[in-house]
Amino acid sequence: MSAEGTALRAGRDPYHIGHAPSTGVPEYTGHGAGGPAPKRIVVGYGFWIFILSDVILFSCFFATYTVLIDARNGGPGPQQLFDLHNTAIETACLLLSSFTCGMTSLAVARHNLLWTEITLAITGLLGLTFLGLEAHEFHALVALGAGPTRSAFLTAFFALVGCHGAHVTCGILWLGTMMAQFPAKGFKETIRHRYLCFSLFWHALDIIWIGIFTVVYLIGIITP
Amino acid sequence: MSSHREDFDEFDLGSRVGEDQVVGAAPSEAPPTLRSELRSYLTGLALAAALTAAAFWALDEHVIYGPGIVMALIVFGLAQVGVHLVFFLHLTTSPDNTNNALALAFGVLIVSLIFFGSIWVMYHMNQNMIPVKALMEMRGG
Repeated sequence: MSAEGTALRAGRDPYHIGHAPSTGVPEYTGHGAGGPAPKRIVVGYGFWIFILSDVILFSCFFATYTVLIDARNGGPGPQQLFDLHNTAIETACLLLSSFTCGMTSLAVARHNLLWTEITLAITGLLGLTFLGLEAHEFHALVALGAGPTRSAFLTAFFALVGCHGAHVTCGILWLGTMMAQFPAKGFKETIRHRYLCFSLFWHALDIIWIGIFTVVYLIGIITP
Repeated sequence: MSSHREDFDEFDLGSRVGEDQVVGAAPSEAPPTLRSELRSYLTGLALAAALTAAAFWALDEHVIYGPGIVMALIVFGLAQVGVHLVFFLHLTTSPDNTNNALALAFGVLIVSLIFFGSIWVMYHMNQNMIPVKALMEMRGG
């Protein structure tokens, strides 16, 4: 750390990292010398660890699907079963809902209750549309006799896509809770941190869906 | 800094996109405006939508050399994950984000081991297993 750099940074740290109150020496060591990080950073980091563990859980389902894609026991494969138009609409729903979730973040940062509720409602409706399309697809597959018991391939398919759908369902329940808590409790720090975790969760679900539409549907359909 | 500043910092993993990232330095410019943040999200949405469309298009139109389609789809998918991480989750290389980025790197390592390791192991196992039919014949015969 050069002296110029230290002087340049003096008094300009938004979190006062490295500004020991007793000595007043501004020096950032990067080893916690300035005290703990702000709550928002700690909360975000903790939830990020959870999300990464969830992604590792999904990677097991992805690996299972990829390994078992040929294990059809004479049953139908992706080419006979998957409707890419449905997948495209589902993808659009989730991508747009991820965007409107970002809009909610902007509204919450500005303590704007009206826009918070509006964008949360749109996010929730897009999520429900996605779930409806997925339920419709699952129902059609089971009606075709291609349920999860038909072959190992279909077991892996229903496990992976269904696990993601279960996550979206939990996300929508959480979203509804947030829609109730903002008007009831206001933009308190705890509620805003709760919303931070929700937004990370919702964006992460869309990232998982990128893997699903790429690996399960698009690559699945060109697998002979 | 003021509480105003903190309000605008809340909804990402760390600091803002494109902000001055010198350790300990406050941004020299004003806090991000609604306009600039909206533009960032819209950029992310446009990039993500373009990559999604490219993936579906590559499959439909047979524009890519057949055996290369899988690789192209994987590249589009990974690029879109990157777009989401940067524009929606605001994962950056700022000091606030060092731990998040390191955790992500570890997560990517584990996911790669599980995913590619499973494919690798199961492929070779299938190659080396006696087919069930041949096994039955050996037993029956």
